[in-house]
Amino acid sequence: MSVLRAEGLGFGYPRFPVGRAVDLTLQAGEIMCLLGPNGCGKTTLFKTLLGLIPRQAGRVLVDDRDILSLDRRHIARAMAYVPQAHATVFPYAVGDMVLMGRTSHRGTFSGPTREDRDRATAALAQLGIDDLSERDYTQISGGQRQLVLIARALAQDAQLIVMDEPTASLDFGNQILVLNEVRKLAAAGLGVVLSTHNPDHAFTYATSVHLLGDGTTQAAGHPIEVLTPEVLSRVYGAPIAVERLPSGYNVCVPTSLASAS
Amino acid sequence: MAAGLLLLTLLAITVGPYPVSVVQVLDALLDYAGGSVGETDAQLETVLFSVRIPRVLAALLVGAALAAAGTVYQGLFRNPLVSPDILGVSTGAGLGAAVGILMSMPVVVTQGFAFAGGLGTVALVYAVATAVRGHDPMLVLVLAGVVLGALAGACISLVKILADPYDQLPAITFWLLGSLAGTQPGDVWSVLPFVAVGLVPLVLLRWQMNLMTLGDEEATALGIDPRRLRVLLVAAATLMTASVVAISGVVGWVGLVMPHIARLVVGPNFDRLLPAAMIMGAGFLLIVDTIARTMAATETPLGILTAFVGAPVFLWLLATGRRSW
Repeated sequence: MSVLRAEGLGFGYPRFPVGRAVDLTLQAGEIMCLLGPNGCGKTTLFKTLLGLIPRQAGRVLVDDRDILSLDRRHIARAMAYVPQAHATVFPYAVGDMVLMGRTSHRGTFSGPTREDRDRATAALAQLGIDDLSERDYTQISGGQRQLVLIARALAQDAQLIVMDEPTASLDFGNQILVLNEVRKLAAAGLGVVLSTHNPDHAFTYATSVHLLGDGTTQAAGHPIEVLTPEVLSRVYGAPIAVERLPSGYNVCVPTSLASAS
Repeated sequence: MAAGLLLLTLLAITVGPYPVSVVQVLDALLDYAGGSVGETDAQLETVLFSVRIPRVLAALLVGAALAAAGTVYQGLFRNPLVSPDILGVSTGAGLGAAVGILMSMPVVVTQGFAFAGGLGTVALVYAVATAVRGHDPMLVLVLAGVVLGALAGACISLVKILADPYDQLPAITFWLLGSLAGTQPGDVWSVLPFVAVGLVPLVLLRWQMNLMTLGDEEATALGIDPRRLRVLLVAAATLMTASVVAISGVVGWVGLVMPHIARLVVGPNFDRLLPAAMIMGAGFLLIVDTIARTMAATETPLGILTAFVGAPVFLWLLATGRRSW
């Protein structure tokens, strides 16, 4: 059983289509990297997968059920969304921010319970940021905010987490920190879909990759098999080579540099 | 905080042109509760039960309701500079009252006009915003509120020109600045049910209100339906504002400043913010109204005093406050 499946998905806005014919399947324990140049519709695709904007064609299935047949609370319990780290208007305590992830587990008119608070504390501890609990979310760093949003998604207790460029605003150390956490989550049986601008992340962390360009799928499958220099160069519009390091990692390098020197 | 408010209330009752001691007040209240009315000094009784206590209760109710509505509006619009007037409720109520005064209606009818004007304006704003599609819904809502509020403001000016300059015009001006001078003993009881009805959704949805401040997409992804909740919350906050404005006139500042001050003190979580803002709003308006009726021989309009008291307090808190908002 797949935790997430999209079939022939068309996404975008009325009179302004962004993408079409996207098929993807994610199993529990997998990390799927969504790659693609700026403006190719990664965020729009995510919002469509999450049901935040209406899809234009095709279907989105969570646990083999169409998300149109589920109410928001059920969708939230099935998949959690980690937006790009942002500032909130009001200075919520980090603990309260994470606690908001528990809302879908309670009734429409109910607040969090003791159990929810314990779950939020555990999520913070899992990411090693329980010392931030009392701090204001507006006063911590961008990297810490990203971790807080991931903790909120953990507290949501969904089997699928969708992350929109979780490493975009992070320094190198925090990128490694976040992606290592992502790998642990997948090892614990969660499905993770994340978008990134760095193909190296796909080589290092992903079990599968989905390359988006010109509004549709350009390549999908195992990173090492589908992320060939030809495909990457074509989609990103720049000459790119893929090299294998002695450590066994694959990395992308721009070949224009090599020819220039 | 609640105990402080109780003490403040008791003190406010003792202050006035006819000074009463705390003991006398408690004595009269006990007699009243015991059903033995008439044993106390008749004049004292009239002052307390017909004039002072109704007015004190009205100040508490109006302050609490405006602060609660302001808290909700600021959260919904994700903007700490929003006041309950953003969707035109006060201007609409002002127009209703001005028309009522122009037509020389009895006070109760004028209050009804104000109530209907406030609710009607916000309903119209919401209808216009819903009809306009393809834009950011909150932006459209704010713009519709600004435009229709300006239109209602123009209508108020028109009514002022038409009004009798010796009798009706001062009444309209006074109403637009807000005052509890004309509070009748029954006013609080006729408005209280509306405020209570408006308060119920706010109390029930106080946790969900936190999610609403994150924006529609995040709130949706966390499992709530922001569109539906927003209609309910706006309706509730508007009902509270329109009903209290009907007895007090337009009182500015309370709905803008009290949520801020409460947030500086207890933080932004609505669980604590809503009660704190209501208690502070009630206390603030009680103090301001007590000043309004005792400072000078003539009544000072509340709208003037709330600004004079509210602005320095707000600036002081801004300068010394630990939290950002």
